[in-house]
Amino acid sequence: MFKILKKRTLSEQVKLMVIDAPLIAKKAEAGQFIILRVNEKGERIPLTIADYDRSAGTVTIIFQEVGKTTMLLGTLNEGDSLADVVGPLGNASHFDSNIKKAAVIGGGLGSAIAYPQAKKLHAMGVDVTSIVGFRNKELIILEDEIRAVSKKLIVTTDDGSNGNKGFVTDALKQEIESGEKFDLVIAIGPLIMMKFVSKLTKEYGIKTMISMNPVMIDGTGMCGVCRVTVAGKTKFACIDGPDFDGHEVDFDEAMRRQTMYKKHEEESCNLFKGVR
Amino acid sequence: MAQRNMDSKKTAMPEQDAKKRAANFEEVALGYTEDMAKNEAMRCLQCKNQPCVAGCPVNVQIPDFIKLIGEGKYVEAYDKIRETNGLPAVCGRVCPQETQCEERCVRGIKGEPVGIGRLERFCSDYAIAKGAKPTECASATGKKAAVIGSGPAGLTCAADLAKAGVDVTVFEAFHIPGGVLVYGIPEFRLPKALVQKEIDALKAMGVKIETDMVMGRVLTIDELKEMGYDTIFIGTGAGLPSFMHIPGENYNGVYSANEFLTRINLMKGYKFPEYDTPVRRHKNLAVIGGGNVAMDSARCAKRLGADNVYIVYRRSEAEMPARNEEIEHAKEEGIVFSFLVSPTAILGNSDGYVTGMTLQKMELGEPDSSGRRRPVPIEGSEYDIELDAVVVAIGQSPNPLLRKATPGLKAQSWGGIIADEQTGATSIEGVYAGGDAVSGAATVILAMGAGKTAAKAMLEYMDKK
Repeated sequence: MFKILKKRTLSEQVKLMVIDAPLIAKKAEAGQFIILRVNEKGERIPLTIADYDRSAGTVTIIFQEVGKTTMLLGTLNEGDSLADVVGPLGNASHFDSNIKKAAVIGGGLGSAIAYPQAKKLHAMGVDVTSIVGFRNKELIILEDEIRAVSKKLIVTTDDGSNGNKGFVTDALKQEIESGEKFDLVIAIGPLIMMKFVSKLTKEYGIKTMISMNPVMIDGTGMCGVCRVTVAGKTKFACIDGPDFDGHEVDFDEAMRRQTMYKKHEEESCNLFKGVR
Repeated sequence: MAQRNMDSKKTAMPEQDAKKRAANFEEVALGYTEDMAKNEAMRCLQCKNQPCVAGCPVNVQIPDFIKLIGEGKYVEAYDKIRETNGLPAVCGRVCPQETQCEERCVRGIKGEPVGIGRLERFCSDYAIAKGAKPTECASATGKKAAVIGSGPAGLTCAADLAKAGVDVTVFEAFHIPGGVLVYGIPEFRLPKALVQKEIDALKAMGVKIETDMVMGRVLTIDELKEMGYDTIFIGTGAGLPSFMHIPGENYNGVYSANEFLTRINLMKGYKFPEYDTPVRRHKNLAVIGGGNVAMDSARCAKRLGADNVYIVYRRSEAEMPARNEEIEHAKEEGIVFSFLVSPTAILGNSDGYVTGMTLQKMELGEPDSSGRRRPVPIEGSEYDIELDAVVVAIGQSPNPLLRKATPGLKAQSWGGIIADEQTGATSIEGVYAGGDAVSGAATVILAMGAGKTAAKAMLEYMDKK
């Protein structure tokens, strides 16, 4: 059993949990993920490792309550345990040592996933510009943490409620147009956001890494449900990714694949809300 | 002793009615009664040269256990099988007897062979229901072994090591042990409660099982050695699904057989929403392939309520690698077989969902390297069928995860770990391998045989060390 040692509410629907998982903590690297199951009848869901502490033997996850499993997970408290935590899975993000300046883009919950990347780049001495976007100011998360590892931080909101209306793509374009020379752009968030960031950076010829988060079951290459087309070839996000070159990913296909279990997810969600 | 039974046919196996069972996940074959088992046991000629035993990859003493059944000594019969086979209740159900023990049965020359599998199943179920006594183990040797993977190869290896007094830990990537026995083979062919009983029996022998451990990621082979494991067995199976690489394979509704079966069997998707993992209930589904995995996928789809389920196979029925019983059962359940056709494209709509498949007719040419006649496409014979799902069941190759994380572990170009046939020894000292991870996708019993072979060599290795 994997005990929840700490729980923090970051915004109304976004929660952070520190989980006791010493073996995983020992091996975890930025960019990798875990798969968890809440209970015996639960599904297996992949969540990015948001942080880890090797000496304390813990891994941190940040999740948004969007489906039954994440809602159920959100009801657990410190001291409760998860049935299963498996990892670390996927490949660690790899950054070239010659990167001098990078833009790290996070959309919504993606900001939490982009944070360890920004942290790693910052630790490598890279000049990091972080651009994170949310629907409104109530949903802003990890602002202080991201600021601490960034030379520059831009926070946008769709509705302008934080005083900076716009999308992350607008802010990134503005940075590039104003003469910032990024060696690398990292974009993590909804597929539609990663698609448009990649489209933008392709125009400017800036290398862009994105992180896929598709449906998975085993996370070890066994089922192939996480198929994604990259440069015309089928890849498995779990063992070939989760990071891919944003200019090569077929985002439209990925978005279509994401709809596969929409009805089931709604049914599960409604049942869960009904019985709660 | 009763009179020898010279009936040319096997004693019939009671089964759930085909119509009824095609709508549930309960076991298809119901098992012999005591009378049926005795009756079938009396068909055995008790041949001196025992050709059947030579056909068994783990050398089950077949005439001996059958004789015991004939004498009504069912638990003793079970114990006799257990001397060489740790999973008799499983093997009685899923072994391809017709190409192994039963193929060599003398009774098969002028009629049907003795129902060896059915008898194995009968005495196992009888003994398990009676609460079979745990296998006795030798006193502790102080040696430690790690077994990676809890499928048939790993479980067999673990059992043989534990019997010899070794402290064994089995590491499993999934949340439940059993490997293909729990994620692949469906409930209606192999009840999961039964697999659990086999696992429990192993635990009663002192074997420790650690789930949620993706080896190569969470721990490496070197780390296992540092942790004090004297020897390591790799039985990680053939977990990497093959796809056809034809257009449309990423449409929604195209599954690898691994995904389809895992959703249903391991995750209990057929019980959604009681269980959280969903599985879509398709109307018209085609399974590509002709092995047991293809049969299992098709029959699962039928049970989920599909109107039409097709098996699409590029050779003819004679070349199908599936067990005869599975093919027969699938036909009885209304699965439609299309032979000598091969898909060239999967068709879909603008939302990305499967709408059909283009098939090309084939004819049989000269035998290929597998000895089966090679299917040759007939130009211009393409036609489309309407579908909303396709399951690709054309095979699996060994999972590369552990191999990639283990420098020095030599493998074939297609991914199989290179292991000595006589011992299972790999290119790393003290590390052995067997089952599908070495051979590529094969059968439960061959994997068990490999686990057994390796266990013997591992014991010798530890003795010398």
